[in-house]
Amino acid sequence: MAEKKHSIWVFGDYRNYFQNRVTLQLLSRANDLAKMIDAEVCATVFGHEVDEWVGEYIAHGASKVYVCDHPALTFYSTDIYVVLMERLVRQYGPEIILVGATSFGREFAPRLAKRLKTGLTADCVGLDINDEGLLVQTAPAFGGSLLTRIVTPEKRPQMATVRPGVFQEIPHNYQAAGEIVNVPLPDDLPGDRIRLVSSERQAAREQKLGDASVVVCGGRGMGSRKKFRNLYELARVLGGEVGATRPVVYAKWADEDALVGQADKHISPKVLFSFGISGAIQHTAGIKNAGFIIAVNKNPNAAMMKMADVAIVADAGQVCTALIRELKKRIRS
Amino acid sequence: MLKMIVCMKQVPMVSDLPWDPITGTLTRGAAEGMMNPACKHALEAALLLKEKHDGHITAITMGPPSAEEILREAIALGADRCLMVSDPKMAGADTLATSFTLARAIEIFCPDFDLILCGCHTSDSETAQVGPQLSEELDIPSIASVESLELREKTLRITRVSDHFLETLEMDLPGLVTIATGRFIPRYASMAGLGDAFQDPGILTVGARDLGLDEHDVGLKGSATRILDIFTPVGRKENIVLTGAPKKIVEELFERFDDAIGSVIRKDLKAEK
Ligand SMILES: Cc1cc2nc3c(=O)[nH]c(=O)nc-3n(C[C@H](O)[C@H](O)[C@H](O)COP(=O)(O)OP(=O)(O)OC[C@H]3O[C@@H](n4cnc5c(N)ncnc54)[C@H](O)[C@@H]3O)c2cc1C
Ligand SMILES: Nc1ncnc2c1ncn2[C@@H]1O[C@H](COP(=O)(O)O)[C@@H](O)[C@H]1O
Repeated sequence: MAEKKHSIWVFGDYRNYFQNRVTLQLLSRANDLAKMIDAEVCATVFGHEVDEWVGEYIAHGASKVYVCDHPALTFYSTDIYVVLMERLVRQYGPEIILVGATSFGREFAPRLAKRLKTGLTADCVGLDINDEGLLVQTAPAFGGSLLTRIVTPEKRPQMATVRPGVFQEIPHNYQAAGEIVNVPLPDDLPGDRIRLVSSERQAAREQKLGDASVVVCGGRGMGSRKKFRNLYELARVLGGEVGATRPVVYAKWADEDALVGQADKHISPKVLFSFGISGAIQHTAGIKNAGFIIAVNKNPNAAMMKMADVAIVADAGQVCTALIRELKKRIRS
Repeated sequence: MLKMIVCMKQVPMVSDLPWDPITGTLTRGAAEGMMNPACKHALEAALLLKEKHDGHITAITMGPPSAEEILREAIALGADRCLMVSDPKMAGADTLATSFTLARAIEIFCPDFDLILCGCHTSDSETAQVGPQLSEELDIPSIASVESLELREKTLRITRVSDHFLETLEMDLPGLVTIATGRFIPRYASMAGLGDAFQDPGILTVGARDLGLDEHDVGLKGSATRILDIFTPVGRKENIVLTGAPKKIVEELFERFDDAIGSVIRKDLKAEK
């Protein structure tokens, strides 16, 4: 195979492989981008006994994997991974590096970018190549009500983090061939300045909301915890589940389980009611697959209202109460 | 004495920012500034440490002159000293240039710090990058998204949730943490305290020259990224708008969409004739 001009690297974040497929999603998008700039798609895997992930990444579109497999890398370490990655980047000079916006990735990527003195765009919701061959990174701005397109014109590599769920992974192909480059652990690595006292995996939560066919979502515009609780009554009457935006969860009007958005939960109800939600991209990323959307907001220009089938310009609390009353009247069984 | 630095940023007050739907540009002048919420949490964490460990807090911001207000607020809440990094040349800085500039200011004006606290992210640019990048720039250890912290001698023990793992970590000072929102509920400044803070003249303001920085190192010129444009995500639906009294709206909703909704919840929603 002819040598490619460039390479696009995807950082292999395998720690929650079965719940979090962001690395595979990035490999998929990297393959699209690679066609536009004549690049090969590479993954990096740091850890101990990581063959399984190396195989997975090749099966999902990596044509080369740089692997550093060593007992010293058993636990994720930002300090060590950053130094290791920096050295590899300096040696091989990738054009683009993509990192999943997991908690780890969001700490790792900025520090790597700083060491490489290059730009980094956080939480991209779109990646493309423009006429000049630059990576165009679309990211939310100003609380997610707007999108902005960002490039890194001169510095290399061009770096972006991407939230899970933005791109679709390519189905696995275990026949796919990939080259494995074994990277020895450098013996002059500086030590980890952070000591791990303990690390416990938290139980995965039940995903009832994710499967519900009717969801009633509420945001800060519900005004108070008391009014927000009315949404539970509405959901009960509709036989649905309640979802919430982040400010609502922070204010403890709803449990963390109820959070809907790119970070935590994607829902795909056939009918979605949205009350007092502005429609920040971090939230709407989680409702991309919703069917019929009814949004209530005082502000007719809110982004949420623009993406609704029915946009109700009114007080969210009042419409909720009116809906409960009207439904109880109409459901006569 | 525990010497702390809290980095804070002024951000627009509202989340529904006034923007021009036709040109897609922001009318930023209309939005008032406030202390970024996560920075308030960081300040709260510092104040709690100060109460326990005989601490001293320097609040630092880089921003336009109006950002001085949040430093005043920090004083009212209990910060001891303020540093305002402000220079027209610094406008348009990305996180690379911001962390670079903050690091130089810290090296010159508070080099003997023990702990730097940042918010985990800002509500306007949301990158969550400045904290980790600042720690690289100063070559000190850092931990992001900290939920609780406890200091013993010069060792900081923290807990946080990271990708479904509940972690307990330790770091020797000097170091940097970014504070997760959610814990460290910020206290309120008393009106009297705020009044006093606005009398207090003691805010040190420094520009690029005071930091020995060339204009090519700071602001837009010192940044690696460029913004091509800002736009509003487009809608995709027919978008029927209903207005009026809630009761009337709800009736109209069911008149028109009783089948669409009823078929999903498997109920007959036709009004009784
Ligand atoms: C890294 C990151 C990740 C994030 N992840 C998520 C996520 O997963 N999920 C998430 O939801 N958010 C997430 N966010 C936050 C997101 O950016 C928004 O801040 C959030 O979704 C806004 O919630 P909201 O719509 O409830 O509040 P606001 O933006 O404050 O909107 C309230 C809305 O209610 C309307 N309103 C006010 N009063 C009334 C009334 N009486 N009647 C009717 N309408 C009224 C207002 O016009 C406004 O449109 C994330 C942010 C960041 C930085
Ligand atoms: N201009 C600034 N001046 C001081 N601190 C800042 C500035 N920008 C960001 N920070 C700090 O970095 C944190 C994260 O910001 P960001 O990376 O923009 O999301 C903030 O909560 C602040 O603590």
